[in-house]
Amino acid sequence: MAERVGVYVCHCGSNIAGVVDVGGVAQWAKDNLEDVAVARDYKFMCSSLGQELIEQDIKEQGLTRVVVAACSPHLHEKTFRKACANAGLNPYLCHMVSLREQVSWVTTDKTAASEKAKAMISAGVRRVVLHEELEPTEVPVNPTTLVVGGGIAGIQASLELADAGYPVYLVEREPSIGGHMAQFDKTFPTLDCAACILTPKMSDVDGHPNIHLMSYSEVEEVTGYVGSFTARIRKKARYIKEADCTGCGICIEKCPKKVVDEVFEAGLGYRKAIYRPFPQAIPKFPVLDTANCTYFERGTCRACEKFCPTGAIDFEQADEYLDLDVGNIILATGYDLFDCAKIPQYGYGRLANVFTSLEFERMCNAAGPTEGKIVLRDGITEPKSVALIHCVGSRDKRHHPYCSAVCCMSALKFGHLVMEKTGADVTSFYIDMRPLHKNYEEFYDRLQQEGMHFIRGRAAEVTDAARLPGEEGKLIVQAEDTLIGRQRRFPVDMVILLGALQPRADAKETAVRFGISCSIDGWFTERHPKLDPVATMTDGVFIAGTCQGPKDIPDSVSQGAAASARVQGMITTGTVLIEPIIASIDEARCSGCRICNNLCPFNAIDYLEAKGVSSINAALCKGCGTCVAACPAMAITGAHFNYAQITAELEGILYDAVRGNGFGSPKRSGGDGRHAVIPEPALEPAS
Amino acid sequence: MSETTFEPKIVAFLCNWCSYRAADLAGTARMKYLPNIRILRVMCSGRVDPTFVLKAFALGADGVMIAGCHPGECHYIEQNYKTMRRYEMLRHTLGAMGVEPDRLRLQWASAAEGAQLAAAINDMVEKVRALGPLSWAGNWSENSHHLEAIERLAGEHAEAMEVGA
Repeated sequence: MAERVGVYVCHCGSNIAGVVDVGGVAQWAKDNLEDVAVARDYKFMCSSLGQELIEQDIKEQGLTRVVVAACSPHLHEKTFRKACANAGLNPYLCHMVSLREQVSWVTTDKTAASEKAKAMISAGVRRVVLHEELEPTEVPVNPTTLVVGGGIAGIQASLELADAGYPVYLVEREPSIGGHMAQFDKTFPTLDCAACILTPKMSDVDGHPNIHLMSYSEVEEVTGYVGSFTARIRKKARYIKEADCTGCGICIEKCPKKVVDEVFEAGLGYRKAIYRPFPQAIPKFPVLDTANCTYFERGTCRACEKFCPTGAIDFEQADEYLDLDVGNIILATGYDLFDCAKIPQYGYGRLANVFTSLEFERMCNAAGPTEGKIVLRDGITEPKSVALIHCVGSRDKRHHPYCSAVCCMSALKFGHLVMEKTGADVTSFYIDMRPLHKNYEEFYDRLQQEGMHFIRGRAAEVTDAARLPGEEGKLIVQAEDTLIGRQRRFPVDMVILLGALQPRADAKETAVRFGISCSIDGWFTERHPKLDPVATMTDGVFIAGTCQGPKDIPDSVSQGAAASARVQGMITTGTVLIEPIIASIDEARCSGCRICNNLCPFNAIDYLEAKGVSSINAALCKGCGTCVAACPAMAITGAHFNYAQITAELEGILYDAVRGNGFGSPKRSGGDGRHAVIPEPALEPAS
Repeated sequence: MSETTFEPKIVAFLCNWCSYRAADLAGTARMKYLPNIRILRVMCSGRVDPTFVLKAFALGADGVMIAGCHPGECHYIEQNYKTMRRYEMLRHTLGAMGVEPDRLRLQWASAAEGAQLAAAINDMVEKVRALGPLSWAGNWSENSHHLEAIERLAGEHAEAMEVGA
């Protein structure tokens, strides 16, 4: 049966009609294109009157297909699909042609614009005739959520979900939750103590009946799809029986082995071989570090075991594997700090009194290695002058081109703390000051009032080679003061480098494990940079906090809350609709060659050993169509983008082209359209 | 269109996530480019079967552009790398068939690169215009030995596909 196609050409006010002869194009479609039953032009197709026009024609004229030539399908495809559905037509039998974005807005020659519009409508009509009715599939959503990463973003997301009554697994790879925020002293611009605002939230997580906290654990593998994922968790051996441990800390006290704490104390302090990273750690259970434990090194000691009042030490403990069934996943895996030694001219690692921002945070922290005293590397001397160097590794094409977003404010905070605690002279070397958010500019203003110095210019070098009187025994920061246009040398006692925030070293592997994508830098990619910032291209996997890009605490908390709101929406709905634009395999044609198996980044294609064919898991398939294009037996069909549809679209779009020159066929092709390109034996090279 | 200058017809396969959005952006920002390009949307550049490109040339296209997300930014993680491989293969095949290399172009365009896409389109149109209409026959005679090899391969492929069909 021939299809009855309705073609609707939108004026979009004068946006389209000002360039394209909309009336002429509609009339041309009616007169020249096969299967077109109705062709109209209308002022605003997206208006309710425009939509009603379509609905009315479907009902009264018996249309079986609709082509709307208007704006980009990214704007109004949903609108017109809904209009079709209202009139009882399957929404996937509607097709949009982007006359506004692809013709009228980009073309100056009006004749050429109308000709291009005709070709595009012709393509749309040829294609839509071959459209098939599609139905989204509905799958249930498991109300349990997996949150990966127990920094402030992950904590916020977990608490919001748990408070709403939904169960959460919070997986953290370090021995304690808290993330980077737990290492900080104060937070800008309010100068709240980080621990004072963070630890209550950490305790809430610990005691929450809906949160199952799994610290010192990592996600090894994720299978499944939105609504029903299964995550395999490796619970690393702590060598502590959690059921018996009371967290009294006697084991830590009695442990004879002291090691430098490279992680939490940034190398400035010590911890024991059995340790808790910090006193308020959640959970309270210590971790035994086998690489440094005397018993694991030499086979004797076991002091911790001897003194443990509850017999909770277990030297035989092994890693445990657990499979968790969850409906949604929130990734809040955070960031790494840039390795400042990569910029040798700043002397980090070579010049003792050059510190990183994290070292300074620990030093400033009353619970830190110096009990909050700001001192030089010798541990005694207070600095009299301090330089703060911004953009170390950020805004630098050799390292990271992006702005790390938090360093300007950190520098202001550091400036305040140094001046408050030591009365030292503080100079900040900045490229641009970027105090972007609420009350940040005011904080910048306050520091200017407090007497912090600001030099606009990227510091060129930090050296201990004195050249001028007064430089002996000092670190000299060489920089161009761009506001006065002169090179200047600043002798100081201490230099603090504000290192860039960079993606986790294993961010790419994490992205692959969860089936999401990364930007070139390595930050996780959101579904839409403006309108969908916490969702990813993989349904059911959300991102929050700095794993998506550099951001400060308020933004991380907002994203954690936003991600949890998105998940709650999914759970409340109870089911999720899966887009029907996916691939499927015709078993009769599949030869079982398995070429497609490895092409799928979502592991949607399985080889069925028993049948000797491959099969696509509809819930995992994202519909990219790469396997469809690769199948040598044409056994795979990509719904809504199948061979017949794309070939028909090609024929339509080239309806006015000069055909072939002895190659191919000008006829409208039937079948799959793929073999038509194989040169026919009848072709004879011109002699 | 003027009768004196040759107006090539170029088909562009744009991926839904980056390059099609770049085309949207070029429109929204009112960037003008030549009307010789005609765009087809696919979900991913990985969907572009090399035979679509051959089909387009067979139907009279003078040039074909395949555009996708930048490497590392594919919304399907890594499928544009597969496009890159197919593009290389296609270039060789088309070269053997006597199609000039400038008639096929692989273009990366992020959703923010409307201007770059518009510039690439203009550049390609000018290059193809300079080449003139795609003329198979003349080139085929010069490349008859390649052609025979392709025909033989294609024949074998078609035969293999008949099995069980």
